[in-house]
Amino acid sequence: MRETGYWTWHMAAGVVIFILLGMHMATMHAGGLTGLFVSHPGEESVSLINSQARDGRALLTGGYVFLLGIALYHGLYGLRTILFELSLRPATEKAVSVALLILGLGLFGLGTWAALAAHAAALAARG
Amino acid sequence: MTQSRPSARNITFHIRRYDPEKDAEPGIFSYQVPVRPGMTVLEGLHYIKENLDQSLAWRYSCRMGVCGSCGMLLNGRPMLACNTQILDIASTELTLGPLPNFEIIRDLVPDLMSMFEKHRAVMPHISGADEGELNDPAGEFYQTPEDLERYLQFSFCIKCGCCMAACPTLATDERYLGPMPLAQAYRYNNDTRDGAGEARSDVAGSSCGVFRCHYAGECSRACPKGVDPAKALQHLKRQLVLGYLRLGTKRKPCAKQGPPAGAQRKPGIPEAPPYTIT
Repeated sequence: MRETGYWTWHMAAGVVIFILLGMHMATMHAGGLTGLFVSHPGEESVSLINSQARDGRALLTGGYVFLLGIALYHGLYGLRTILFELSLRPATEKAVSVALLILGLGLFGLGTWAALAAHAAALAARG
Repeated sequence: MTQSRPSARNITFHIRRYDPEKDAEPGIFSYQVPVRPGMTVLEGLHYIKENLDQSLAWRYSCRMGVCGSCGMLLNGRPMLACNTQILDIASTELTLGPLPNFEIIRDLVPDLMSMFEKHRAVMPHISGADEGELNDPAGEFYQTPEDLERYLQFSFCIKCGCCMAACPTLATDERYLGPMPLAQAYRYNNDTRDGAGEARSDVAGSSCGVFRCHYAGECSRACPKGVDPAKALQHLKRQLVLGYLRLGTKRKPCAKQGPPAGAQRKPGIPEAPPYTIT
């Protein structure tokens, strides 16, 4: 039954990623059209001034950390599924699961630290 | 008035043969078989055994697509030898081999034990609902036609192993339960007389279970009885996910119907013998 839970969250994460990546595309690549989270119109969405403005918003920092978490879960669970199809022994499967869990937590920690650091820097720059 | 027999056409049977006790590896042996219209592959094999090579081994029983014994690889596809006419799939040559994804006992005889062990693991029987009533029935379980429709198609499975042989996931992962056992898990989960759905779902939702299926759909193409295991597996996935999220609808227990009021036993009918197993 545990695999049912993993798979259910894998599918749910896929749907959420679809929505959040849609928002990312609308913000970062079509900001001129949508005006979404563009604090300084006339500047590029990816310009430093607009990036800093976004980094200073707690909602977007939280959204980034959330997207990072579910994207890592979705991707690493998918990788685990592919690796398991290589007819691994049960002990090897367990080792792969633990290794991917550690990798995922490590990357999530690193990404969260980066997002929070950018948030703090943006707030400091704002004064 | 005599009717002339349709003329026979010679077709070459290329058979993959292997005897683990004697051969280091499998080899291809060719036989010329005179084929008449309507002749099945099974009849062709009988012709070889009777006239060309008595050592050829294969498994069969009913000869009418019911027992599921004669599944084999015909021109690269898993089929039943008894309900496949030679001229439907071959004009000059026909290749035969044992079902893949199974160990070979000899020649065209696969060892189906791995499939039956997986089948047993999903508890392919009605249990857990009303054990007292099942063991000592006081009436009849009543199912509506709609109740029956939910699992009827999947109860036509004859356990021939063709779906297991066609499954690409099973080809790479021998621990995967496979289409037949999982389709049977779905079949029993949907039977209103059954109450062991949760225990069965633990097996079906394990790391070797239904979520390994990639929906290639080859099992449904191979099934000689039109069972459509791929459909059962997708429904089973949905059932497991909804159950996990506690969004599944609780099924009402199967209604029971006692004997009609005032019914009398017909005279002259003896009592049933006592139980031999308690």
